[in-house]
Amino acid sequence: MSDREAYWKANIRLVAGCLVVWFIVSFGFGIILAEPLNSISLGGYKLGFWFAQQGSIYTFVFLIFFYAWRMNKLDRKFNVHED
Amino acid sequence: MDLQTMTYLAVGLSFSLYIGIAFWARARTTGDFYVAGKGVHPVANGMATAADWMSAASFISMAGLIAFNGYGASVFLMGWTGGYVLLAMLLAPYLRKFGKFTVPEFIGERYYSRTARIVAVICLILASITYVIGQMKGIGVAFSRFLEVDYNTGLYAGMGVVFIYSVMGGMKGITYTQIAQYVILIFAYTVPAIFISMHLTGVALPQLGLGADMSGTSMSMLDKLDLVVGELGFKEYSTQVMGSKLNMFVYTLTLMIGTAGLPHVIMRFFTVPKVRDARATAGWALVFIAILYTTAPAVGAMARLNLMETIQTGEVGSPEGNLAYEERPQWFKNWETTGLLKYEDKNGDGRIQYYNDKSEAFASKAESFGWKGNEMVKVDRDIMVLANPEIAKLPDWVIALVVAGGLAAALSTAAGLLLAIASSISHDLLKGVFAPSISEKNELMAGRIAMAGAIAMAGYFGIHPPDFAAGTVAIAFGLAASSIFPALMMGIFNKKMNRAGATWGMIAGISVTMLYVFQHKGIMFIPGTSYLGGMEPSWFFGISPNAFGAVGAAVNFAVAIMVSKMTAPPPDHIQHLVEDIRVPAGAGSATGH
Repeated sequence: MSDREAYWKANIRLVAGCLVVWFIVSFGFGIILAEPLNSISLGGYKLGFWFAQQGSIYTFVFLIFFYAWRMNKLDRKFNVHED
Repeated sequence: MDLQTMTYLAVGLSFSLYIGIAFWARARTTGDFYVAGKGVHPVANGMATAADWMSAASFISMAGLIAFNGYGASVFLMGWTGGYVLLAMLLAPYLRKFGKFTVPEFIGERYYSRTARIVAVICLILASITYVIGQMKGIGVAFSRFLEVDYNTGLYAGMGVVFIYSVMGGMKGITYTQIAQYVILIFAYTVPAIFISMHLTGVALPQLGLGADMSGTSMSMLDKLDLVVGELGFKEYSTQVMGSKLNMFVYTLTLMIGTAGLPHVIMRFFTVPKVRDARATAGWALVFIAILYTTAPAVGAMARLNLMETIQTGEVGSPEGNLAYEERPQWFKNWETTGLLKYEDKNGDGRIQYYNDKSEAFASKAESFGWKGNEMVKVDRDIMVLANPEIAKLPDWVIALVVAGGLAAALSTAAGLLLAIASSISHDLLKGVFAPSISEKNELMAGRIAMAGAIAMAGYFGIHPPDFAAGTVAIAFGLAASSIFPALMMGIFNKKMNRAGATWGMIAGISVTMLYVFQHKGIMFIPGTSYLGGMEPSWFFGISPNAFGAVGAAVNFAVAIMVSKMTAPPPDHIQHLVEDIRVPAGAGSATGH
């Protein structure tokens, strides 16, 4: 397997992992599981409601920076970075 | 100084700032016109992207929808932020590596086809125009309040300002202007939220205030709101759904995919200095967007609570429990002038009853109180954010600031979109397809004429808006989701995707979505031409027209894959091109001339 293929595979794995988290916090916790989670409270928030209107957004921000950081490392590891 | 003078001052000062910056950095070449300065740092670029992104729909309309739909409006919050995750991971770095100016350029080259490029231009124009129509509603609301005139007059004034504003500058001017606009709009959005949160709960951060206990009680704001709306027959705020859970799921997905398919946002990522910066820019853009988006739920909830408590001043059912119309506050009168707020004394008691007269469970109670129906016959959702500081009796300068912020939001996005429309017509259609030898000067002129046409068309629909600003904008996302996103994503992740597959996929996806929207909302949104009626029972699995884009995207993917299996694979040099855009190394700067 060439370096480029290995780089692409690693990239796909990272993106897939991030998208699983992306799906769970929004569609999972925020919509599908909102009712059962609502029986738990976080401060004065119902947890399902909190994920739908607050938690998912914080997670999205974290995910993009995590992805950017890991991709920059991958770029250097496989020597495909710019400059 | 009275409120009106102060509003003029705030709007005047902020506009002079934008126009000053636009003039200072005005576009001189076509490159300048379409592309942000190359030396823009990811944080600055992220901020400009955020301003570009957060339109009248986000600033003016969204919190109003949250106020009246509660939990159900979460689709907008998750949908319009989650899309950045898709954009950052699936598109931005690769489009940057590709290094051209526009989305149709990418599609035309990747699918080695002029037809694919033209189809992409048409899809892009349809989505952008629909988006501008949504902005027009917001611009009309903001200007009618600002000038204290009726909605239509406000809209005409707004159209004029948008025209002058967008024709003057291109992308280069816009990037710097948008940074200024971001600062003003975020300040205008968060300051009143902090004030009201402090007042209601004693907690300054609205993100925490929404979950904090109401001052002097041990009941949280959300619980209090559930109680207050419940007493008047409305659905429980923190659990009410929009349509159904399935509808919410599809709606959220549509907005996310649409975010990653909208040309004016994608365009920015073509021109950041490096692939690495494309990833970081998406992250920073989302940080700046999240500041507003995590504040919006608090703004919506607080606006609803204040509105209910202003009208229902005492116990529900007691004759003195309702506000007397003669004693209505100034903000009420101001919004009555615009025609966006209407009262009708149905039971002739001179007091205002605001309750859910569609609730059967509450009907007998209402009858025993002598109430003859909801008397707030019109409360346009789009006025809530602008009215909120007035309802909460905040100082005049805060109210003036919010009006300036709302105008900034509407203008920044309208300008970015009009630029995307102008570039698709002048750059992609004229220069790219029909008149390759066109001079730079004529190309710029064609772009400006296209902008004027788009504003006129959007203005017409602003007078007959198909939905609330955020609802119309959601349709634009549906169109982008069902056409552009799948073509871009498969162009990068599926080496074997060929021109026939991508072209037919785009046509199928956008057709399905448009037919569904038109059959419920009228052909080209013209009132009275909807052939199946806007009625909920005829919705496919209960999915609302605004939410349908994700279904269109699924159709797009399916058709594209089937067609590509039956036709010849793309030539070798295209497959190499795809391999090449997958690695960052060797990315030059954007070229297109």
